[in-house]
Amino acid sequence: MAYINHETVAKKLSVRRLKNNLWKNVFLLALLLALAALVILGYRMISQGTAYLNWEFLQNFSSRFPEKAGVHAALIGSIAMLAIVAPVSLFLGVGAAIYLEEYAKKNKFTQFIQMNISNLAGVPSIVFGLLGLTIFVRMLGMGKSILAAGLTMSLLILPVVIVAAQEAIRAVPDHLREASFGMGATKWQTIYKVVLPSAIPGILTGGILALSRAIGETAPLVVIGIPVIVQFLPTGILSEFTALPMLIFDWAKRPQEEFQYVAAAGILVLMILLIFMNSIAVWIRNKFQKRY
Amino acid sequence: MKKWQYVMMTSVVGSALLLGACGNDNAAKDSSSSSSSSSTSSSEKLEGKIAGDGSSTVSPIMEGIVEEYAATQPNVQVSVGVSGTGGGFEKFINGETDFSNASRPVKEEEAEKLKEKGIDYTQFEIAYDGISIVVNKNNDWIEDITTKQLEEIWLDNGKKKKWSDINKDWPNEEIKFYSPGTDSGTYDYFVNDVLEEKQLDKSATLSEDDNVLVKGVEADKNAIGFFGFAYYLANKDKLKIVKINGVEPTHDTIQSGEYTPLSRPLFVYAKNKSLEEPAMYDFMSYTLKHAGEMAESVGYVKSPDDVYKKIKQHLKI
Repeated sequence: MAYINHETVAKKLSVRRLKNNLWKNVFLLALLLALAALVILGYRMISQGTAYLNWEFLQNFSSRFPEKAGVHAALIGSIAMLAIVAPVSLFLGVGAAIYLEEYAKKNKFTQFIQMNISNLAGVPSIVFGLLGLTIFVRMLGMGKSILAAGLTMSLLILPVVIVAAQEAIRAVPDHLREASFGMGATKWQTIYKVVLPSAIPGILTGGILALSRAIGETAPLVVIGIPVIVQFLPTGILSEFTALPMLIFDWAKRPQEEFQYVAAAGILVLMILLIFMNSIAVWIRNKFQKRY
Repeated sequence: MKKWQYVMMTSVVGSALLLGACGNDNAAKDSSSSSSSSSTSSSEKLEGKIAGDGSSTVSPIMEGIVEEYAATQPNVQVSVGVSGTGGGFEKFINGETDFSNASRPVKEEEAEKLKEKGIDYTQFEIAYDGISIVVNKNNDWIEDITTKQLEEIWLDNGKKKKWSDINKDWPNEEIKFYSPGTDSGTYDYFVNDVLEEKQLDKSATLSEDDNVLVKGVEADKNAIGFFGFAYYLANKDKLKIVKINGVEPTHDTIQSGEYTPLSRPLFVYAKNKSLEEPAMYDFMSYTLKHAGEMAESVGYVKSPDDVYKKIKQHLKI
């Protein structure tokens, strides 16, 4: 008795090959469609925005004249906000992840917390805006400051940072920990000297991607009421400020058509900032990975 | 920091002295103090933080003023948000802002809340706007409508409206509505003064972004929309303006009030307490001195001259 019926195999072969090719092409199409959207987006932005994008655009404040408008206040404001978001969200996020992964007992309660963190990552950003408005801006009296906006954004990206950090920590093989314990290291020494260094590429990738989201997010800023007409640079963390997405949003709403192009130039600045941040993420990841 | 503190101290003490004199009812004293205040404000470098928020209709005027003011007093930090008239008043009531831009007068309930919170304010009229009714370029049946027809078109009657429902000669096609969002003063003004507080057609597309309305009306032959005069001016070639009772909104008809009932004043509401600070006082004086010309340059219309005269008398500038 033959295990393989060569006749049926031969008969079905062409159908199988066809199916194989079909699926390959479907997936290729999916990739191409996503790429096409990206290329069109990039082309539109660059073709519309480059005319206004120059050195002065980075140095001028916003203006009622499109040719004089610039992103100075917003760019500095966004970076200043990031200076709050980065330490707060990374410290809280990585801390929470370490506790959940290394210390917490695996029981129903931690499972419940875990589930809620994942759910929190899916909450619309406008809800965090309302939270920030009631707690930071009004209850704690921070006003529409860099601090209030930064803390709101930190809360917004915290679940994403926690989940990313948890996954990175979970990916550290147990035998590294066991070896460390075997050498007589305490739990904290193990976490500090063994787990964190090997988890850091993952943590940073997730963290910086989350920061990129914070810098591009508009809805919470609108809800907090971040002003757009700002002709000064922030002087401290309690200073009022404006941010890039707010300014772009405002420009896009202007009646004059030229401001659509100014908005495109603003988007380009935001994109360059994002690409810059992401390349820092890649650079740090590579640098740390070489150690292991 | 020490220099900064010194300037703050001197300006606070100076303002206390100055306003002590201003608060007096004596007219002679008032005029003497005002002359000294205006002379100091132009030469002295002031410092301070001023926050405002409110109408997106007023914001182009405000932006121009803030931009020019920053050149004269670079150390006074003025920030202005654009949350719409209603959103602006909400922050004003909460005590978060020193002034609020509005494209309609303050509502009774807002005034009550302000009273409850103990916030005294002054209303300044800074310019005029004409709410412009626009239709698609290819709309050849509407030229001129009466206020009554306008009301009929926009009033919600529970069913879908066709042009032919308003006038038998008009096409038998459904009307598409485009209106500013409910947070905007333009919406409030329209519902108040044209619809007499009755429901605006519920099928209307509402947007806080006036460019969305422009694009909507531009793309649909059966569309009708309304928004501030400046947006119409900037998109003149794409839209068709509708005359109301035979009057087209132009610079002159809006200023004279002939374009009625859709000519409306634009306001700035300033907190009296903030006005006691020299920086805020200086900024408001500057605003009201330049509001008329700035309004003209961004597409609105100056208020009649005596309005500004009265304001200047009030502020003693």
